[in-house]
Amino acid sequence: MALLNAAGKSDPNTILRTVPYCAWLGLSARVDGDALILDMPFDPKLIGNPILPALHGGVVGSLLETAAIVQTIWETGSAKLPKPIDITIDYLRSGKATESHARAWLARQGRRVVSARAEMWQEDAAKPVASFRGHFLLR
Amino acid sequence: MSDPSEFWKEAMRNGMGQTAFLRALGGELLKFDKGIGRLRLPYSEKLIGNPETGVVHGGVITAMLDQACGMAIGSALDSPMGMATLDLRIDYMKPATPREDILIESECLKITREIAFARARAYHTAIDDPIAIATGTFMLMRFAMPEAR
Repeated sequence: MALLNAAGKSDPNTILRTVPYCAWLGLSARVDGDALILDMPFDPKLIGNPILPALHGGVVGSLLETAAIVQTIWETGSAKLPKPIDITIDYLRSGKATESHARAWLARQGRRVVSARAEMWQEDAAKPVASFRGHFLLR
Repeated sequence: MSDPSEFWKEAMRNGMGQTAFLRALGGELLKFDKGIGRLRLPYSEKLIGNPETGVVHGGVITAMLDQACGMAIGSALDSPMGMATLDLRIDYMKPATPREDILIESECLKITREIAFARARAYHTAIDDPIAIATGTFMLMRFAMPEAR
């Protein structure tokens, strides 16, 4: 899988379409100013709590981890998919049955490891559903 | 079935703890009793996070570990309660082997009035050679019992 094009730049949407799990979740990316934002459409299969209803905690984690991975490739120009080492997810609000968004940033970029942060929200970016931090191995 | 705790345990055994997302991933409940949960996730193409190697996405492991922690807590409760994940920490010890089933074993560590604690491990064949381990904290939410029949 080629993560980078001939010019050495990554196309987040190509990555998201090529990774089967990301395609299955329906993830897509867009650039907003200098930020990369991931969008995840709602689908009934994503529900973890039918009573509320709320998105599954693992769906929230999947979107956040993917945002961190795509951001890492975007910023580092890594030709390989970064491997997760450890992650922590703070669930702040329940994820509703609606579209979700996430963005990530790198707190620290070393030669072998990056420390990434990410946040997920739905209608209101000021009311995050979850926040994430994790370490990824670059090679 | 007038005893609420029996009603709850029976409902949980019958798969009330299953979620749409667990079913969509293809996950199966193996055991679910007295604070211990065991689940299996058969390998499938849609779970792949790295198309070059066929290794499943970390988010898949996260979902299974989250689910397993919640179920271990659910099976330890005497009365029905809602549950919401507050915090989940996952250490990815090694990549999952492509085309192999993933097993998850979870344990409820402690239940308090408002909060419950659990941990879970994902592995292929040996639990002491884990793919990932998780520690989760969950908020408990009381809700009204269904009418006893």
